[in-house]
Amino acid sequence: MRSAGSGDCARMNHLGLATFPWLVSRARQNCVTRAVRALEQGGTDKHMKKWDAIVIGAGHNGLVNACYLQRAGLDVLVLEKNEWIGGAATSRSLTPGFLYSNCSYVCSLFRPEIMRDLELPRFGLQVISYEGGAVFTQDGDYLANYRDHDAHRREFARFSPRDAEAYDRYARDVTRQCRFIQPLLMRTAADPTSFRPRDISELMYLGKKFAGLGATEMADTLRFWTMSISDFLDEYFETDVIKANFALSGIIGTALGPMSPGTAYVLLHHYMGEVDGSVGAWGYARGGMGAVTKALAASFEASGGTIRTGAEVDHVLIRNGRAEGAVLAGGEEIYGKLVISNADVKRTFLKLVEAKELPDIFLRRVKNFKMRGSSGKVNIALDSMPEFPALPKDSPVYRGDMHFTDSVERMERGYDDWKAGRWSADPFLDMVIPTTLDPTMAPPGKHFMSCFVQYCPPKVEGREWTDADRDAFGETVISQIADYSPGFRDRIVHMEVRTPRELEAEVGLTEGNIFQGELTFDQLLFNRPVPGYAQYRSPVGGLYMCGSSTHPGGGVMGAPGRNAAAEILRDLSRGTKHMSPAHDVI
Amino acid sequence: MKHSDPNKLVSVRAGQQGHFRTLRNSTPFQARIDALMRTDEWYTWAGCKAPSSIWDEELEYFAIRSQAALFDISPMIKYHIEGKEAEAFLNRVTLRNVAKLKPGRVHYTAWCNDEGHVLDDGTLFRLSRERFRLCCQERHLPWLLDSAIGFDVTVTEETEAIAGLALQGPTSFAVLRDAGFEGVDQLKVFDLAGFPHEGGSVTISRTGFTGDLGYELFVDRKLALSLWDRLWRAGEPRGLRAIGYAALNRARLEAGLIVANADFVTAEHAIRADRVRMPDEIGLGFMVDLEKPHFNGRRAIQLARTRGTMRHILVGLEIEGNIPAEHAIVYHRGKREVGLVSAAIWSPMAKRNIALASLERPYGDTITGDLWVEIYAMRELRYQKLMKRAKVVPRPFIKLERRTVSPPADF
Repeated sequence: MRSAGSGDCARMNHLGLATFPWLVSRARQNCVTRAVRALEQGGTDKHMKKWDAIVIGAGHNGLVNACYLQRAGLDVLVLEKNEWIGGAATSRSLTPGFLYSNCSYVCSLFRPEIMRDLELPRFGLQVISYEGGAVFTQDGDYLANYRDHDAHRREFARFSPRDAEAYDRYARDVTRQCRFIQPLLMRTAADPTSFRPRDISELMYLGKKFAGLGATEMADTLRFWTMSISDFLDEYFETDVIKANFALSGIIGTALGPMSPGTAYVLLHHYMGEVDGSVGAWGYARGGMGAVTKALAASFEASGGTIRTGAEVDHVLIRNGRAEGAVLAGGEEIYGKLVISNADVKRTFLKLVEAKELPDIFLRRVKNFKMRGSSGKVNIALDSMPEFPALPKDSPVYRGDMHFTDSVERMERGYDDWKAGRWSADPFLDMVIPTTLDPTMAPPGKHFMSCFVQYCPPKVEGREWTDADRDAFGETVISQIADYSPGFRDRIVHMEVRTPRELEAEVGLTEGNIFQGELTFDQLLFNRPVPGYAQYRSPVGGLYMCGSSTHPGGGVMGAPGRNAAAEILRDLSRGTKHMSPAHDVI
Repeated sequence: MKHSDPNKLVSVRAGQQGHFRTLRNSTPFQARIDALMRTDEWYTWAGCKAPSSIWDEELEYFAIRSQAALFDISPMIKYHIEGKEAEAFLNRVTLRNVAKLKPGRVHYTAWCNDEGHVLDDGTLFRLSRERFRLCCQERHLPWLLDSAIGFDVTVTEETEAIAGLALQGPTSFAVLRDAGFEGVDQLKVFDLAGFPHEGGSVTISRTGFTGDLGYELFVDRKLALSLWDRLWRAGEPRGLRAIGYAALNRARLEAGLIVANADFVTAEHAIRADRVRMPDEIGLGFMVDLEKPHFNGRRAIQLARTRGTMRHILVGLEIEGNIPAEHAIVYHRGKREVGLVSAAIWSPMAKRNIALASLERPYGDTITGDLWVEIYAMRELRYQKLMKRAKVVPRPFIKLERRTVSPPADF
């Protein structure tokens, strides 16, 4: 799949064998073996390739990080365990003619500064804004979200004239908080315990921004970061379905219910993105979310970087407390001056690094980092457009996101099932049909439907998932859709059902947590992922983190990968002129 | 108290689904305006399709000042407030003393949040002792309903149910009289009365947004077109013309009147913390009645006055030359930036270049000399940069005797 070629070929190159044909031509097997062993063990041979940096994982953050490092003049190798790249931002064809966004499925958070720096449009990235959406109600109606401000108000007024007029105040308050947070995304979180000038000035920046808020906004900021989304919405709205409509952004990807404190921030996290300056807007990446990582990979390779797929890292090679490379599952050793892990903090430090290399407190905090699987994904190939009798045929809602959970209480009950170790009997779905706006993912007239499903536990009542469980979980989802869309089953051509088991096994996300760790206040800013290690460095010299476990967190944002690159280049005393600062928020 | 209705028939709700097909609502007068429309220049007013101009923006302005002009104000947000404690409730919400507003009278008022920041300005019509209509620019139903807790009062949004027309200009009285609204000559400025129309009633007040002789008419949506026709028949011999907002905007500026979210940012829409304004900062300090019982924002306004922390001031400017200074930056001594012009025109009535501007005190307050505006006038793809002297002048910029004289004249 990658132009870097097969693992074997790259390995040959790396060992220098291809450039020394005499070694091969003598063809004395034991001699070759001895030579290889000598190279692998010694690591001091002058012909030995030692990369400037090795990035573990070709997810979007790994690739963003690799791109920036490569463009700074480093020689970078990205190792990906799968035969394809992308991590959780990937598009794969599992049935002829159809392309799925297998994990992440919509785009808003990905920072435009990164798209521009890395020339992603030149490498094929296109993001298309979409048009609102709807929550279907159990009485046969629906509540739509329209892009047009007045249509939006009139739609809410069908349910409550009061709530219709409350929307502006809600939008103002959320916008204020987003504007406060947005500039923090592209900055390394300050260490409040450090007296380094950089940390102090960073803290002052935060303090100054905070002081720039009005008294009410300051109070709101603290409330926003700690409240439940349900309590927060109660302050603005009174109608169940309207609250449910907003609450879903507070629980997506989170192992918390809408009534759990901390979920208001999760809503903000989903609002602070943008599509071309339209803050809070969401769009489809043309060609699925894999288009993001495909463009990143193309950009990376165009600047001279190397990607090896099918190269699963077994562990990080550590000598004298310093990372010196990676050992692949097959035993092959690859050397690098730096190692950057795109894997989540648990996978990195509980699987890829031996415990003895890590301080106790750090290790304990990593173990306690909250990263719980809470969601699943069902991707469906359809041979025709599904119909929803509740929706007028010409409704723009078909091109947006659709939901079936019309009250906060139903969401909370869905969470109750998760707490008991079961998937929600009445799950919450975030359903989109990207092919209504993207012709590249299915043949004409046919459609790809993406269903994000919550809640879905990492283990079923304490035991491992089985294939039968997975199929039953898929059936729960299909039957919910079919309740609102007669004949839905007959349109299904192919289906991919992914529980936390598949997400962990395939993408590598611990427990299948899509954010590489909950986005609660105790795990944000200088506490993400671990206090004292929030600046992308780790207790092991030369080993960095660049995944969503780090500040500013999950979603296909790219900011962790970018910020990590800035810290690494700082450590190398290299310039960061090729990295745009965050766009102004004025 | 819940205002959404879970028992509202699904069929009723479902019957309203189709609104997404028409993003801009028609007003009750749409058919008449469409028939007169020549320029096809529209803008959106509170979700409605509203004319910017109808046949000629400049000539429409002169219709206001020389004959009579008909302007559709139906999109204006309207709340019906009724109950034994309606007066007490409105006294608590708004700045002016509603006890002083007699039945059959209208006053211009404003309302603030607890921090004393202006939520909106508008006109309050006292239809009877216990019935009021509040007209404004922005929507406030949650604010009004929350404020109504504890009062014996009902608040109903009636924007779409009630059609409104502004009839403004020197011949507006004659048009009404000729249309058969008997007794309309008795209306003094800010008076209102009900008049029979087609088996219903039309509320006519001697109010307006032009600084000229004029009236505003409110009627049930279903009587809208017949009211228009009645005025049109009587108005034709007296030069009645339909106009769009561009013409009205010139007239209101000459009258020195401000527009919410054009000349100041309303508190529920201000994203940036420093954009909100107290009444004294936008020229509405005169409304604040500290003698009456508690009202929203009272403490904050009082404190800001005592501490002298009102940071801004809204002033009228007269600017040398004839180039409108719209959105120009205001400087002191040509160097120090002290404010911004929010609206500006060449005034045909005053024959002067006028503007409304928000300045940072003490400029415009105690320091009024040596003010300048920097005008960027785009002329054939080049900015002509002009630095012009500006003088703080009282508003209104024009004062027309015919506006207030009673009984009004024929022209």
